[in-house]
Amino acid sequence: MPKSLTPRLAQLRDEIHGHAKEFGLDFFDTVFEMVSYDEMNMVAAYGGFPTRYPHWRWGMEYEQLAKGYEYGLSKIYELVINNDPCYAYLMESNPEVDQKLVMAHVYGHCDFFKNNFSFRHTNRRMIDEMANHATRVRRWVDKLGVEKVEDFIDRALSLENLIDQHSPHIRRNPDPKRVEDERKANEGVEGFKVGREYMRGYINPSEFLDSQRRKVEDEKQRAKRFPERPQRDVLMFLLEHAPLEPWEADILAILRDEAYYFAPQGQTKIMNEGWASYWHSTIMTRRALRDDEIIDYADHHSGTMGTRPGAINPYKLGIELWRDIEDRWNKGKFGKEWDECDDLRARHAWDKKLGAGREKIFEVRKHYNDITFIDTFLTPEFAMEQKLFVYGFNDKRNSWEILNREFRKVKAKLLQGLTNFGQPIIEVVDGNFENRGEMLLAHKHDGQDLKGDYARETLRNLQSLWRRPVNIITRYDAKGAMLRFDGQNHSEKKVEL
Amino acid sequence: MTLKIHQDHSRFKQIVRGKIKANLRRYVQKGEMIGKKGKDAISIPIPFIDIPRFKYGHKEQGGVGQGEGEVGQQLGPGAVEPGDGHQAGQGEGDHALEVDITLDELAQILGEELQLPNIERRQNERLITQRIRYTGVNTTGPESLRHFKRTFKQALKRQIATGTYDPKMPVIIPTREDRRYRSYKLQDLPETNAVIIYMMDVSGSMGDEQKEIVRIESFWLDTWLRHQYKGLESRYIIHDAVAREVDRDTFFHTRESGGTMISSAYKLCRDIILADYPKSAWNIYPFHFSDGDNWSADDTRQCIDMLRNDVLPNVNQFAYGQVESPYGSGQFIKDLREAVGDTPNVALSEIADKDAIYASIKDFLGKGR
Repeated sequence: MPKSLTPRLAQLRDEIHGHAKEFGLDFFDTVFEMVSYDEMNMVAAYGGFPTRYPHWRWGMEYEQLAKGYEYGLSKIYELVINNDPCYAYLMESNPEVDQKLVMAHVYGHCDFFKNNFSFRHTNRRMIDEMANHATRVRRWVDKLGVEKVEDFIDRALSLENLIDQHSPHIRRNPDPKRVEDERKANEGVEGFKVGREYMRGYINPSEFLDSQRRKVEDEKQRAKRFPERPQRDVLMFLLEHAPLEPWEADILAILRDEAYYFAPQGQTKIMNEGWASYWHSTIMTRRALRDDEIIDYADHHSGTMGTRPGAINPYKLGIELWRDIEDRWNKGKFGKEWDECDDLRARHAWDKKLGAGREKIFEVRKHYNDITFIDTFLTPEFAMEQKLFVYGFNDKRNSWEILNREFRKVKAKLLQGLTNFGQPIIEVVDGNFENRGEMLLAHKHDGQDLKGDYARETLRNLQSLWRRPVNIITRYDAKGAMLRFDGQNHSEKKVEL
Repeated sequence: MTLKIHQDHSRFKQIVRGKIKANLRRYVQKGEMIGKKGKDAISIPIPFIDIPRFKYGHKEQGGVGQGEGEVGQQLGPGAVEPGDGHQAGQGEGDHALEVDITLDELAQILGEELQLPNIERRQNERLITQRIRYTGVNTTGPESLRHFKRTFKQALKRQIATGTYDPKMPVIIPTREDRRYRSYKLQDLPETNAVIIYMMDVSGSMGDEQKEIVRIESFWLDTWLRHQYKGLESRYIIHDAVAREVDRDTFFHTRESGGTMISSAYKLCRDIILADYPKSAWNIYPFHFSDGDNWSADDTRQCIDMLRNDVLPNVNQFAYGQVESPYGSGQFIKDLREAVGDTPNVALSEIADKDAIYASIKDFLGKGR
């Protein structure tokens, strides 16, 4: 069972807490708990939470973590939950310097959770909520049997990524009142009010009236369509319209809830890890490190920041970008004058001694997510300095290779990977396709094809929830294709896009 | 201490077992897992245990990396790891999950799926060995077997009884009489030693594909028999016109070009059994693989005589697997079937290709001998 901190660690925590406050970090109360390595693996397998609904997937996760730890390949240092109060876990066996580093890192995360806009709509009592979810699912398991419930969870998880990541911030469905107004306005197509009868033909020519009539007709058609507009929250659509049993709907709602809770963490991975790393580095090197700890600290820190050619390390990219922003705003490297200066020497020596860096990064951590962060602050100089490149698969040589170091391409690829968490964008366009109650999804193709076998299996799972045949329009090898699963068979046909 | 996760973990293992079972036919046909065999566990790639989602094919996707290198330079193996959690926002990618499973468990699954009977112990000549088991305590014995706890207890009892025990100074001094020693008893244990004698035709007509089939078969036979018997030995004989005993590696990689005289192998097999494996102490399993081409009818007759008189009476089961090859006539199995096909401890199987391995394992092991 998790234990509270030893007196020595409690003293260190107070010290680090003081440093964090002094630097201006603003966080919820943070509770540290001590856990053994296998408890750590368990909590990590549960996505950071002490309790989750029963499912084999956690067991698989646990198996991999436990194996990684036993073979000495990987070790989890830090785990922190977006909750009020924040919960964070420290591994008992870690040396003191690591515990200090982790604490400093955790305060960074907590500050980010509390202040970044993406997390504003997350449930800050998620620990309780997760435990409630677990209880609800267990109750269904007791009633219906583990196999039935698990099988449903498996199928529902298959659709877990079909959420609308912007929806917590936006009201999607139009106000009922406004719709009413619009409808009234469109009712009779008489055209504009005409004062003198002989002007009627000029003010309301027949083409105009026709087009108005068409518009009203379209509007009526649209109202008949369902959903009225393409809907990205496929899970919500299913909850509202699929013929689900009460227990199925309950579980689907739980999974949807949890997906939305985790979504902001996916949207801010680079910023969040970078921010926490920036602060552990700052707090440790400026304040908390003792002389005899410096080597161990450096070893551990550099381990976290290590990069491999075929992947972006969010810790590394994040911390460097934060530092770059701080530096640029300290020296005034922004604005019209800076942008227009193309004298490399002048740019290099640029320093307006603004000292606004710290202030700027605090502001950025509030209003950006990974996409806007990269889009706004990734500069050609930075990309060059960090040796960023685009890689791809060379079919002829059957290997991955460096394709390009051009700034535009690097940035575009980075952003593409971040858009919709690097997941394909898929919408429900019709819930009564061909007037046969079939579901039609559309994949907004952005140059990358769907993985075919996975798509077919996912369709099968979707069909089992929708009960009627399901279809998805996508593109393979630049040609339109519609995949279909009717409950028995998969089929595929060409479509014109 | 038990963790909550253990419930999910065992559920996961159960599912893995089910997956292996469902895909056993494929695993049996594929040789790939054999290379990953450890001492007593094996690592098996499980397909589709992750949850399918709409997602991009990783290869089309590519990504952004960081580091030195010219444009066009290869990233090197392992650089791009699909499913790396550190790849921010790139989704999970695909990873074939590798799970470890013990050979014993694998054998169990094999047994369940193929409905293999457990091997019946040979009743009349039950093999017995004596084992030493330390079960009792004695007042005499060698110092190396002294039972410290019992000795201490005895001394404590004595000191309390005689009133020399002082709770404030709890010093216990055992005397000669206090000492206790572990004592052993001889126990009869049924012995379960077994030997597999593999014989293979390595004449020119046995190609790589045929040998691969034999290799895969032998893996499963090993696995099953190891599950049934505690001590399992393997011997390997290759033959063309003459036979010789080789090690495992040579067995699978030798290629000769001469003719085929099967009797040479049977003779050697007989000699090995007579020399090293008395019937009373060993369960003996000769397996012979060839493409069914023998030198002459005369030689075949010799083989059958030897089988009848010297081999079959001494072994649990004699098995012959005929691997189809474009050059073999396939006559030998017909001759065998005619001559000894009715004998209960003979198993014959024709293996057309890799797909047939599954069925032939059942032919070989289905008799439960």
